[in-house]
Parts: sequence; C-alpha cells; structure tokens
Amino acid sequence: MRKQLMKGNEAIVKSAILAGCRAFYGYPITPASEIAEAAALYMPQTGGVFLQAESEVAAINMLYGASSAGVRCMTASSGPGISLMQEGISYMAGAELPCVIADITRGGPGLGNIASEQSDYHQVVKGGGNGNYRTIVLAPYSVQEMADLTTLAFELADRYRNPVVILADGFVGQMMEPVEFAAKAILPERPYWAVAGTEETRAKMITSLHMGADDLEGHVLSLEAKYRRAEQSEARAEHWYTEDAEVVLVGYGIVGRILKAVTAELRAKGLKVGMLRPVTLYPFPKAEFQKLAERAHSFVVVEMSNGQMIEDVRLALNGSRPVEFLSRVGGNVPSHEEVLKFVMAHAEREQVAHV
Amino acid sequence: MSSFAAMEYEVVHSKSKVFYETYKRKDELKHQTHYCPGCGHGNAHKLLAKAIEELGIQNRVVLISPVGCSVFAYNYFDVGNVQAAHGRAPAVGTAVKRSHPDSIVISYQGDGDLSAIGSAEILHAANRGENMTVIFVNNAIYSMTGGQAAPTTLLGQKSLTTPFGRSAANEGYPLRVSELLATLEAPVYIERVGLGDNKQIAQAARAIKKAVENQVKGLGFSLIEVLSPCPTIWKMSAVDAQRWVREVMENTYPLGVVVDRTKEREPRVAAERAPRLEEIPAILGIKRDDEPKVPLACNERKAVDLHVRVAGFGGQGVLLLGEVLAEAGLDAGLEVSWLPSYGPEMRSGTSNCHVRVSQAPIDSPLVTVPNFLVAMNEPSLRKFDLSVKPGGWVIYNGDEFPEDCVRGDVNVLALNFTKAANELSDPRAANMVMLGVLLEISNALPQASIDAALRTLVKSAKWYELDERALARGRELFRESSRGVAV
Repeated sequence: MRKQLMKGNEAIVKSAILAGCRAFYGYPITPASEIAEAAALYMPQTGGVFLQAESEVAAINMLYGASSAGVRCMTASSGPGISLMQEGISYMAGAELPCVIADITRGGPGLGNIASEQSDYHQVVKGGGNGNYRTIVLAPYSVQEMADLTTLAFELADRYRNPVVILADGFVGQMMEPVEFAAKAILPERPYWAVAGTEETRAKMITSLHMGADDLEGHVLSLEAKYRRAEQSEARAEHWYTEDAEVVLVGYGIVGRILKAVTAELRAKGLKVGMLRPVTLYPFPKAEFQKLAERAHSFVVVEMSNGQMIEDVRLALNGSRPVEFLSRVGGNVPSHEEVLKFVMAHAEREQVAHV
Repeated sequence: MSSFAAMEYEVVHSKSKVFYETYKRKDELKHQTHYCPGCGHGNAHKLLAKAIEELGIQNRVVLISPVGCSVFAYNYFDVGNVQAAHGRAPAVGTAVKRSHPDSIVISYQGDGDLSAIGSAEILHAANRGENMTVIFVNNAIYSMTGGQAAPTTLLGQKSLTTPFGRSAANEGYPLRVSELLATLEAPVYIERVGLGDNKQIAQAARAIKKAVENQVKGLGFSLIEVLSPCPTIWKMSAVDAQRWVREVMENTYPLGVVVDRTKEREPRVAAERAPRLEEIPAILGIKRDDEPKVPLACNERKAVDLHVRVAGFGGQGVLLLGEVLAEAGLDAGLEVSWLPSYGPEMRSGTSNCHVRVSQAPIDSPLVTVPNFLVAMNEPSLRKFDLSVKPGGWVIYNGDEFPEDCVRGDVNVLALNFTKAANELSDPRAANMVMLGVLLEISNALPQASIDAALRTLVKSAKWYELDERALARGRELFRESSRGVAV
C-alpha cells in the first residue's frame, strides 16, 4: 500500500473498517468529531452501520448491543463524553464484550476547553466506571500508529473480550502525516458467544449480573486472571537511546514526539539521555521501567496533565529512582525548548555523565 | 360466569415452549419464578411467550431484559438474551436489530426503567422508528428496590419517596409515555392495555401479538404499555391489586389504541448488499502500490529540513498552503507532517499550521522554532516573528515590514501578496503566491511534486490553473526581489 497524507482521526476509521469494524455508534464532540464524520461517510458504503446516538450514554449502550450481536464495533469521544460512557464501559467489561473506544482528549475538568490535554488518563486507564475491571489502553503518537494501534485494538478487544481504548490527544487526532494501511480488509467470524437471533445462538445470554456473592467473586477473579494475562503479554513501550541512558525521559502521545526531538538534541550535546514511551498505558510497561532503573539514575516525566501517568511510573519504580515532573495543562504544550531547558537543568544537578 | 369464561377466553394449563423447562434459581424453587404472587409480570411473560410461539419466531427472538423486577426475564425465556443497563434497553436493542435485521428484538421494560432513567433512549428509539417491539410494564412504582416513586406514580399515591403522597407541585404529574410517544411520526403502533381482569388480559394478548407481528412484517416501532398489578409493594391482595388497576390506574392511564399506523406503513426494504472485502480498500480511497506514482528525486545535494509555520486570518488559505507543502513533500519521497493550529485560538478567526518536510524521520511535528515563517497578516507576524530561527526566512504579506519587528538576524521578504494575487485575478490565491516564494527560496521540492499535490488537493480545474499561476508568480517575485533584504 502507498503512503497517504491523512488526519489521525480519519486514519482510525479507515483502519477500523479494514479490521472488520462494521458498526459505529457515536455522539459528536470536538476534537473527536472527524471520526464520526468519516464513519458516517464510510460505514454505509462498506455494509456497516453508522448511527449518531442521542447521547454518549446511548452510544456506548448501542455498542453493548452491537457487541452482544457479535459485530466489531467502535465509538469515539473526548473527555466529558467519555465520562458519560463510563456506565456502558463498566457493563461491557462486566459482560466481557469487546469494543474499541477512541478518546481524543481535550482540556478539563468540566467543559474545560477544546485544546489538547492528557488529563483523561485517570478516567480511562484507571477505569471511571464502577466495579473491578480494567480497560486496555493504547496511546498512539503518530498518524501511522493511529492506524496500526486501531488494528491492534480490535485484535486485543476480541482476544480479551474487553473494551479497548485508543487514548490519543487532539494533536494526534488533528495532524496529518503519511500513513500506510493494512494490505487487506478482513472480516472475522462472529464470535461463539454472540447473540444473533438464530437457532444456533438461541441459548446465548449476555449479562453482567451475578447475584450470588460467590458467583460474582468467581466472575471478578476470572476477570482478574484475564487482566494478569494481558499484563504479561501485551505491555508495549518504545525505547529511544535508552541502552546507556542515565536520565530517562518519559511521555506518551504527542509528548513522545517532543521528547524524541529533545533526546536527539541532548545526545548531540553528549548527554546520556534516552526516552521511554509507553505505547500501552494499561497494561503499563512496568518491566521496562524496572529494567532501565538498573542503569538510569533518574526519570523525567512530561505530561499535559497535572501528573496522572506519573503515578504509574512511580509505582513501577517503587521508589528505586527519583522521578522529576514537567507539566503543562489547559491546552498548552510543553515546547521543545522548555523541555530541553528543564532536562538540562536536571542533568546538571544530577551531574549526568557525557558520552 | 365460568361458562362465559370458557367461551370467551382460552384456558391454558400448559407452559409455553418459549419458556425454559426449569428456571435457574435456587435448587428448591426451579419450577417457579422469582415474581411475587399476583404480580403482573407472570401474565405479561406468558402473553409474550404465547405471541412468540404463535408467530413461530422463537429462534429469531432476542429479548432485552432491563433493570428492575424483570431483570431476570432471561431466566425464563428460551430465546437469545441480552441484559441491559438501567433504562438503556432501547439503545441496546437498536444495535442488536441493526446488526441482525432478521432478528426479532423485544425490549421488555418496567416503568422506572423506561419512563425515568431511560426516557431519552425510548424517545429516540421510537423517533427513529426502530423496527423493534417494546413491552412497557407500568405498575406506577419502583418495585424491585422496595417501592419508591416513579414518573408514573399517581397523584396522591404514597411511596417510600413520596411518603405524603405524590404532589404535582413537587414531583409533577404522572407521565403518560404512550401518549407522549404517539406525538412522534415514526411509531407504527402504540396501545395501552391492562392486566386488571381476564377481559383486559385477552386484549393485552392481542395487542402484544400484533406489536411483535408488526416487527416480523418490518413495519417499525411498536410499544404496548401494560398496566400491571404489584400487590406486594402496593400492599394489597392480588384481587384488590387487579381491581386497583381497573378502578384507579385506568383513570390516569386510559386503555386503548393510542396510535395505529399499521395499515398505512410499508415494510422496510432490505439493506443493500455489502461490498466484497476486496472492494473495501478502494471504497476507503486507499491507494494501491501499483497506481501510477510520479518518480521523483528531490535536490539530493541539499539536505531538506523545513520547519514551517504558516499563519493568517481564517479564510486566507493558511491550512491549504501547509497541506500543499506537506503533500508535495510526501510525493517527493520525503518525510512530512502537518499540524493545524489547535486550541483556544481555533475559533477566534486566526489560523495557523505547523509543517515539517525533512529527509530524516520527523521527531516532533510541532514547529516552535521555524526556519520559514509565512505570515499572511500583521497579527501573525507579531505573534511568531521572534520564534523564527536566526538565519531563517520571514515571508510577510504587507507593503511594509513593521519597523518594530525588525530583528536583524533573519531574512525577510515583505510584499503585498494579496495585491499580487489580485493582479492574477483573485486575491484568495495569495497563499499560493507566498508558497511559490517559499518553494523558490528553499529549492527543496521538484515542481512535479507540487503539481501532483495541487491535483490531489484542489479539485476545481479553475482553481488548479489559478494556483499554478500563483505559484509561478511567487517564484518570480522572489527572483525579482534581489533575493530579499536581510533585516
């Protein structure tokens, strides 16, 4: 396939349809609306369903229905809309229904603004709905990853029978970069557990209800075992000059792009700096952090939030190394120069060795 | 009386095949339901099972259970079952039906579920005319949670949350869902029935069957509201509860057909054939490798690394200028990125974008220190002038470069590009004149790639031709300007 210049939000939809997604139920919100718009254009042409729901609450419950029916399905929203979807996400996790949810984040709390922030981390990665459940969370940092991680999202959603969230900031959604798609369109078979209004599926039942205490405990433990399996196999991170890094910069999404540029510049200055970019936010790539901590003596986390992912970094390091934090919020982006200055000051304090 | 009953009503002693033989309950109770004696759900279930059986659709039915006393409906109905969140059954059912148009989707909901928390979902499913059937069991109370008020609770009716009786001043009036939904154009059939005596039950049977049959025929949305006794919460005997349905509930909720468009509705047409998988990439506009591609080699002797910021008023073609540059870069085999201004300033009438074109993979698509600033108006110049990299270029759309913006370490070309474009025929082509300047200075991209990018992005033949002339004019203007003036 040839590379084409495309917005991240559009790449998600094309990649989803190639991956066999045939249902999009959503509600418009800036900066995620292009996803619904592209789905409205392409779903009907490819034998799929597009429906603009009356609310995010209805949209996520429509996904519950489409997924129960065994159809690969997705929605897209942002901050406040994702908050409204938490009910359905919890139900889907409980009923073990796969789906893909794109969260193109914006500023909060409340109406906040429409600029890019990374402040949905807690509500998405830690789960904003009720009960003992997790969502798998993927964090693309380029348009190519918007496409690739969408494909992966559908695979993981089916493999783990669980909602998967693509957590991307407004920048990654809005920017255009060359993208190359999967060579072939696929359409997976209907899963064995689905209800389809046929003789073969008549005995099937979808519910998140388990009335007995032992019943529900058994269910929660089986979900837990599933999440442990995901933690062992699905954690992903990108390393960038980390082999001999003494200071490891950490960021996801658009911040990862800035950190790459900063790392390159600091390396050119001879500083032993590297970058670790979590690609999966749940499962969080803990082991990568622990491995790097053997050599690196400090970590610098950069986030467009007031410090949400940093909690997972600290848990992964478990106090073994100091963690510095640079944050911009409200729609401001930490500039290359700002990060550079921050890291250089840190390196000077820490007397980081030159290459 | 008994002979009358035998004549008028069918006496059923057997259980419908649509019910499971035994129920998944605690072992000792597996042949009885969890419903209380005298509860209307038993009858409503039975009537629905009978309709399904008579229509011969058991295999096709997907029953959506709500939250409420009937949350366990799936323990009784031997059909496909999906249990939904409180009030959301119509949304869930919508997607099941649209996923499998041949399935028969029946949403079975109580009045707390449907008329309160699920009021939006039922309204919009009805308004879309979803081809589904809703059985709406109204007992004027939240029963499962112990007897709190519902929107359907009668005026004066006492409940745990209206201990002094429902008052219009505090809780408003009982919600007549059927009448409300009947104001919509889409629903095909809405009827209110009761379970207050055998005659009512017989009518309920006919209505429920018709509502399901409408779906089988593809006619659209049908809802049957069933006034249903709840002896336990109402604190009445089963007999008194039935009487209360007849003598009290009916005064607020009159029985009968509320709307019936069954005869005037045409069955829905089946969806068009889905395309074959091989056809999908083309439908998505995904280009294949074997499509003709202009073979290009850009200026190999020169390392290309453009960090461009384009800014101006909305409507000046700021974003398009950037897109053409990025698209041309891609065509020339370079790495590119394009990022629109994004954030609080987005709606304020100014617009800007970040463009990177480079031989090396692009790390950050954010251009904070541009080596080219294309400023299409003065506010944009003032906003970004100081960010330009020393030795970089400022291409400014203005007769004179404001004196207080002079830095001394960047190259400047200040010209009235709007005027130049106007001379070509349209001032709106100023963006392409300025892009022409940038292309001439940077000498980073072959003309063939620019042409290809314009062809991709500018659909109108008239504008394509004008933009080409504008680009050429920009190149000329730069050459004429004695390579700019360093200021």
